[in-house]
Amino acid sequence: MAFLNIEHLEKSFGTNHVVKDFNLAIEQGEFVSLLGPSGCGKTTVLRMVAGFETTSSGAISIDGQDVTHLRPNQRNIGMVFQSYALFPNLTVAQNVGFGMRVAGRPKSEIKARVDEMLRLIGLPKLGNRYPFQLSGGQQQRVALARALAVQPRVLLLDEPLSALDAKIRVSLREEIREIQRELGITTIFVTHDQEEALSMSDRVVVMNGGVAEQTGAPFEIYNHPTTRFVAQFVGTLNTLSATVVDAKTGGVTVGETAIALNRPLDGAKAGETINLALRPEVVSLGRKDGRDTVLAGRLAEVHFLGSTIRMRVDVGGTLISLDTFNTPDTPPPQIGEAVELSLAERDLLVLSD
Amino acid sequence: MRVQRFWSIIALLFGFIYFALPLIGTLEFSLRARRGVYSLDAYRSVLSDPQFRETFTYSIVMAIFTIFVGALIVVPTAYWVRLKLPRLRPVVEFITLLPLVIPPIVIVFGYIRLYNTSSFLPMTGSVTGTNLLLLLGYTTLSLPYMYRAVDTGLRTLDVATLTEAAQSLGAGWFTIIARLILPNVLVAVLSGAFITFAIVIGEFVLASLLNRPAFGPYMQLVGANKAYEPAALAVIAFSIAWICMGLIQLVTRFSKHTKAQR
Ligand SMILES: Nc1ncnc2c1ncn2[C@@H]1O[C@H](COP(=O)(O)OP(=O)(O)O)[C@@H](O)[C@H]1O
Ligand SMILES: [Mg+2]
Repeated sequence: MAFLNIEHLEKSFGTNHVVKDFNLAIEQGEFVSLLGPSGCGKTTVLRMVAGFETTSSGAISIDGQDVTHLRPNQRNIGMVFQSYALFPNLTVAQNVGFGMRVAGRPKSEIKARVDEMLRLIGLPKLGNRYPFQLSGGQQQRVALARALAVQPRVLLLDEPLSALDAKIRVSLREEIREIQRELGITTIFVTHDQEEALSMSDRVVVMNGGVAEQTGAPFEIYNHPTTRFVAQFVGTLNTLSATVVDAKTGGVTVGETAIALNRPLDGAKAGETINLALRPEVVSLGRKDGRDTVLAGRLAEVHFLGSTIRMRVDVGGTLISLDTFNTPDTPPPQIGEAVELSLAERDLLVLSD
Repeated sequence: MRVQRFWSIIALLFGFIYFALPLIGTLEFSLRARRGVYSLDAYRSVLSDPQFRETFTYSIVMAIFTIFVGALIVVPTAYWVRLKLPRLRPVVEFITLLPLVIPPIVIVFGYIRLYNTSSFLPMTGSVTGTNLLLLLGYTTLSLPYMYRAVDTGLRTLDVATLTEAAQSLGAGWFTIIARLILPNVLVAVLSGAFITFAIVIGEFVLASLLNRPAFGPYMQLVGANKAYEPAALAVIAFSIAWICMGLIQLVTRFSKHTKAQR
């Protein structure tokens, strides 16, 4: 049995069914992200784990103990909020030591632990400051230290980086991950930012409309999305309509071009339309060895992004995005020019819905 | 720009005259107890009156208890309403405003009817009981100001998230209210306390009808029977009010964590 188990979790607010049959098993020390668009129920799941929200049905257990009906202050769970939620009347050191003071630990122990935590977050000298004297990034690190000081069984973070500047967001996410690894604490991280989820997590749960659509390692989620939603939400995705010619061998046509997918299309019949998906980075401009399928189109957009260039090519009415590396001696073609795209059949994903 | 400034100075001057003139008049009058020269005779007479000291002490003690009881009722209530019953806020606000609408005389007659010596709870039968009744009456009168001050103070806090943060760290309700909510609204409680103090010191109807030796009835007595002493009393009362205000300013300045909000 896993360390943290969430089984058949359901939540309704009145008639609004917000979380539907949510299941998740997290191993000790694992870092799992809940990723999904705003309003998909991520926060609600997290709040049920923390005990701030009751469950409509289902069970949550931590380290073999059923915590479904425990009050929040009995669960020993660390929580970090988007708005930091530091206690404004307490200094940084008092904030970090709050949980231990509540637990009635001796002063010397609290002081030692607070010092240790402040060193861990890289703010050893700021113990006497008040929260309003800190930057957003510093406040959030203090909030993290406060949550970790009581040595919780599980750490929950609800979009902890969303209120911060882009630069700090990236550096702090690396820092959080490092601290999490160092302490080996079981962690659930909620975010709507796919880059955050993919770069930090051991596993990602992609949620949509209260349902966990796919759970897997970032590599797995990105390269083998099982639903159209996951494919589209995680990363950029081209979708193509294809007509099935031979379901057994995977023969299809996209526009005028015949493509052999070389895999059986389960449940599809000849003449049917299916959806194929394609990541921008697996499409090349011009012909290229190993990318034998060639589509002809017209260049519609060019976005210069620095190290890469994103182009959109109109292929028979469908816009296909592709990324190429920027090389100083080959400027991109002009908008409106006729171009050829090449890709490998195996990079075409077949979407189930 | 310049014209605007001119008019704001005029307005300020007008306001100053409006408030200060009666005060200056009172002060001047209170100093004229001795014919022909200014003297502190009226003040000496007031301060040496044992009744002044008794009633004044009584009212101050009552005011302190009222503030204490008021804060004890209002802070948890306002907090709870914000946290759990936000839809009831207008209702609670309306209830706390009732003492402004219902005259104290109605309240005190209600008390006397309910708690007289032949009732189920004969509070007026003993001095302690009557004092308690007066205390509760004062608390009611201070409710509109106390509630408003505390509720405004709570508005600057993200009450729900702070509560959850504290809960996840193992804190129970008592700890949350005593260590987090109260310290963060202390300045608001103090400004409510100041108004409460002023109300209790000057209150006449409740104290008089419950027949307690409070400062309000004493002022009325002196006012009805003497010439210069009432003016001296008024000046003393004003000074106390100003000292209170100054103290609140000081407290506000010295509470470090509130600096960010101003
Ligand atoms: N306390 C609540 N009462 C009623 N509806 C709520 C409450 N909390 C969340 N919801 C609803 O539940 C849905 C999911 O919300 P939430 O879990 O916050 O989404 P996310 O964190 O993924 O953005 C939303 O439609 C939201 O309106
Ligand atoms: Mg959310």
